[in-house]
Order: sequence, then C-alpha cells, then structure tokens
Amino acid sequence: MSRLSELFKQQSRRVLNVYCTAGYPNLNSTLEVMESLQKNGANIIELGMPYSDPLADGEVIQSSGNIALANGMTIEKLFEQLADMRKTIHIPVVLMGYMNPILQYGFEQFCKKAKEVGVDGLILPDLPLYEFEHLYGKAIQDNELDFIFLVTPETPEERLRKLDSLSTGFLYAVSSSATTGKDKDFSKVAIYLQKLQSMQLKNPVLVGFGIKDKETFDAVAAYSNGAIIGSAYIQALSKGGNIETITSQFLNGVLN
Amino acid sequence: MHLFNELTNYQAPSKEGYYGEFGGAYIPEMLYGNVETLKTQYLQIMEDPAFKAEVAALLKDYVGRPTPLFYAERLSKEIGTNIYLKREDLCHTGAHKINNTIGQIILAQRLGKKKIIAETGAGQHGVATATVCALKGMECVVYMGEKDIERQAPNVARMKMLGATVVPATSGSKTLKDATNEAIRAWINEPDDTHYIIGSVVGPHPYPDMVARFQSVISEEVRKQLKEKTGSELPTHVIACVGGGSNAAGAFYHFLNEPTVELVAVEAAGHGVNSGMSAATTQLGTTGILHGSKSIVMQTKDGQVVEPHSISAGLDYPGIGPLHAFLYESKRGTFMSATDQEALDWAFHISEIEGIIPALETAHAFSVLPKINFKPTDVVVICLSGRGDKDLATYMQVMDLKK
Repeated sequence: MSRLSELFKQQSRRVLNVYCTAGYPNLNSTLEVMESLQKNGANIIELGMPYSDPLADGEVIQSSGNIALANGMTIEKLFEQLADMRKTIHIPVVLMGYMNPILQYGFEQFCKKAKEVGVDGLILPDLPLYEFEHLYGKAIQDNELDFIFLVTPETPEERLRKLDSLSTGFLYAVSSSATTGKDKDFSKVAIYLQKLQSMQLKNPVLVGFGIKDKETFDAVAAYSNGAIIGSAYIQALSKGGNIETITSQFLNGVLN
Repeated sequence: MHLFNELTNYQAPSKEGYYGEFGGAYIPEMLYGNVETLKTQYLQIMEDPAFKAEVAALLKDYVGRPTPLFYAERLSKEIGTNIYLKREDLCHTGAHKINNTIGQIILAQRLGKKKIIAETGAGQHGVATATVCALKGMECVVYMGEKDIERQAPNVARMKMLGATVVPATSGSKTLKDATNEAIRAWINEPDDTHYIIGSVVGPHPYPDMVARFQSVISEEVRKQLKEKTGSELPTHVIACVGGGSNAAGAFYHFLNEPTVELVAVEAAGHGVNSGMSAATTQLGTTGILHGSKSIVMQTKDGQVVEPHSISAGLDYPGIGPLHAFLYESKRGTFMSATDQEALDWAFHISEIEGIIPALETAHAFSVLPKINFKPTDVVVICLSGRGDKDLATYMQVMDLKK
C-alpha cells in the first residue's frame, strides 16, 4: 500500500497537505522546510519544482519559483537534495510541477528517479487526461507513483468520474476555477464539496486554492478529507527569519 | 515518441490537435471547460454559411480585402526572378493580424461571450483586437509586457484610444512570453463569459488550427490572383517571416498540400543564430511545452524557457506554432533566418526600390532573397505581413546613425 493510501486509511479527516517550493527560500533549505512541516503537523508535503512559466500559479508561488530558479534549483539538484530524505521524512511527499522541465530531464527517467528517492506521487497540472492515457501515464504507473488529477467546480460529472478513476492517492479539488493564492467565496465552495461527497468517489478529496488559515481550513475540512495550503505558507516564509519558527507559528495557526 | 498521427494532410491536425508529435492541449483543468467548448464548436461555427458570410463581409468592407498581389518589378529584376508581394500591410490596422481577430470576435459572439482578453508583443495584435472589440461593442483587456509597453508607446496609445484596457505583465521577463502567461492566467480566473483571442498559431488546440484557418484567406486570395496574373494558381516559392507563425501559416495554408511549392519560413536570428541574442527557435530550440502546446521551444537544458532576442518585437518569441514545428521536422518547410542588421538593411532597400516601407518583421522575409538560387522562370510570393509605421522610431535611429 502506498504511503498516501496508508495515511488516508489511518486519518480520513482534516488531512493537511502543505505546499513548499524546492530551493526556496534558499537553495539548500528544501529539506529543512520539509522537516519543519513534518514536525509541526503537516500530513503531506507537496514539493513544487520551480518553472519559468507556471500557468496555474498566482503571484506568490510564481515569485518563490523565480527566487528558487535564481538560487540555482533544477530537477537534477532536487533529486540530489532528496537522495537521503527518507532518513528523516516519514510522511508522504508529492512532487508538483509543470511538464516542460520534466520533458527536458526525460519523463521516464524522472519517474524512476522520483520513486528511487522515495517520492510518493505526482501533481502535474498541465498534463491532461488524453496525454496521460496515451503517452505518459504508463511511466508513472510502472514506477508505482500515485498520480493526482485536479478537478474543478466546472468539471462535468462524467469527466470527474474518469479523473477519479485514473487518480490514485487522492483527488485534488480546486475550490474554484482560478490560479493559486486568490480569495474565495466559501459558501459556494461548500456546496461544491457537498456535491463531491455525494458522488462517493474512489479517492479521498483534498481541497486546494484559497485555503490560507484556520477559518478556511475548517470551512473546507468539514466537507472533505482535508486541504492543501500553498501561497499562504510561502508568503509566511517570504518575510524571512527562522524556518522552524515560521513553520511552527504558521501551522499552529491553521491547526489549533 | 510519435504516438500520434503521421500527417499526410498538413491542413488537418488530429482530433486532439496534433501535427505529428507537436500540438495538443497541455492546459490546467481550470481551462478545460473553455478550451473544450472551443474544440467541439469551432469547426461547426466556422463552417456555418451565415458565419462565413458575416466574416467575408467584414473582411471586404472593413479590413479592405482582398489585398492586392503586387508584381515587384525592380526587386524581381534585381534578384533575377518573378516576385509578387501579398500586400497584407494594406489591411486595416496595418497588418495581417486583423484577419484573425475579425474571425474570433464573431466566433466569441456566437459563443455568447461578453469580454475579450488578448496578449500582445509589439502591439499589432493588441490593436487588431481592440479594433474589433470597438467594432462589436465588447469589453477588451490586453496583456502586454511591461518592457514592451515602454518601447511600443504609439500602439499602447492606439489601444487605449480604441477603448481597451492595457494591463502590464510584470512577471518573468516582462515581454510577450509573460504577457501570454498573464492572459492565460486571467482566462483561468474569469472563464465564464470571457474569450481569449490568441494572436498567433500557438496555444492549446484548437487555437493553432483555428488561427491558421482565419489567416488562410491570405493564400486563398493568392491562388486566385496568381491564376489571373500567371495562368497558374501555384507559385514556386512562398516566403514569410515566422515568430509564432500566423502570417506564415496563412500564406502557406492553401499550398501546404502542394508539394511543388517550396514554403520558406524566415526566423529572426537577432545578432546571429549563435550569438546568444537570437529568436531562431527551430535552430536553437528543442521539443518542449509552452503556452499549452508541444512544439519547439528555446530553453535551458533544465527546461526553463529562455528570453529570445530580435529587433522586431513581433518575432521576439521563444516558441513557434506546432504546425511550423512539424513543417520543420518533416522538412516540408525550408527554415532560414535573418539577422537584425539584414532586416534593417532590407527594410530600407524595399522602401527605396518599391516605395513600400515594410514592418521590421516583414523585412526578415525579404532578407533571404539573395540566399536562394531562383530560376528566372520562378514565381515567388512574399507575404508582406505588415507596414513599417510602427517601426519608424527604430528606422529613424538608423538614419541618424547614417548621418
């Protein structure tokens, strides 16, 4: 059983996935950030691989990616940093990124290497269903990586069921069609999440985009298996200071 | 990985938008609805006789089509062959860009959209979009790189006068690539009643095919005009400049499946292909994904998209449309390049011997004439994609230096 499946078997409510950008705030802070997240109560780490043209990301995450790239972060460098991560990181780790840098690295090689260092799954927002089925899905499945599709309130039911059937680990429910880091109307989100609950999907559902604090986390956790926080944590890190202190304060604020 | 169709009809990508391995729709799920609506409806709408009639009427009475096919006598004599210029520079707003925006604005109306967004580099596509939005009374927001806003002030003023809102793209390198990112993000953030008018044969399927079809009026007219002038619909060569590749796609379109016609695409070499300051994508790029389609992309070995350089803002793009990537890879197209200096020299030369001041982009197409061995009997069509008014500041600098 994959680490993600194991996690959801043990904890079906209030699962917290926190996004961080590899190589941010400093090139070599990747593991320090991950260890802090684990220590302070994150259940899953979503590790973003920076890209020059991240279409789904809002300003905060874009900016962290640009800093990470300027710091010298690459996929190759990231795998070096993660080589021994399983000595200290025991929670699931999911890599998030865009297709272009992965194609340059070599898609199959990327999947193989990800598995080798102990990565559990992939979120690739610009890898669509058709290309997943016909071109890239096999390498992901051959390497026993979970693949997490995004769904939105506008995704038609038939397609949503198909995306659920092809996803493993969890399903990423975007709270509303938008880029990351935008405020949402959570009364609408609740209606959407209740609809998802009623569909009896195969996968647990984590809600992302617009989740930034205890109030928003609670609002979506009531109708799902948990949530993903990205921009708000990156923003906290961007103010500078001790990573452990910032992370501890931030996660305390969300969870308690 | 050639899992997709082996293309024999170059005009028709696969159902999922692939020309060979290039194309597709590599977009986040948040854009799926909008793109899927377009994908399932664009052909149906475009083939509707009422739609065709509406587009044709506007192209005739508003844009000024058909544009002339002009026999360039002095230039032909100098090169030792027969050169015809397809005068897209005479279109309303000064370039071929409006062929596409006319088609897309009517399509947007058919889809029930209320608001238009667009990206622009030099501002030509932005002006062409603002123009049709004014014509149809639709809200228009144009994303433009902060750097381009500074260096293309007259076009920014034109867009504003036409009632458009110009939003500076401040991310990344603050040029066309980033303006396109911002336009796509804006489309993600307000998808319901908004249509995105992409200005070139780039972006997710069906944009490359849709824009090529709207621009194909160029080669449709060339065939008829050549028949009248030479007795044959077919030239021996068609030459066009390529950034994203919209004027080239339009000029090539009705000759794509005519193997006797040599299709010459001219990229911007900037300071020279190997100077580190170039935009010759097929020469410098590798297979990658940019702005929603798989194509040839200028990038680092780590897959980060790099900033190209060309003196002409319209060719200053690190990618190329998937159709062109396929023409390059399959060798159906001949890809050449011209430097900043060559383009400048030819802009002045064409002005002096033909009385036509071409846009800097277009000047690149002329630059390859001395590099091709033409026969005296050849019939060469050059797509004169735009006029040079917008480049006067650059041309004036050159004249000042010559003093």
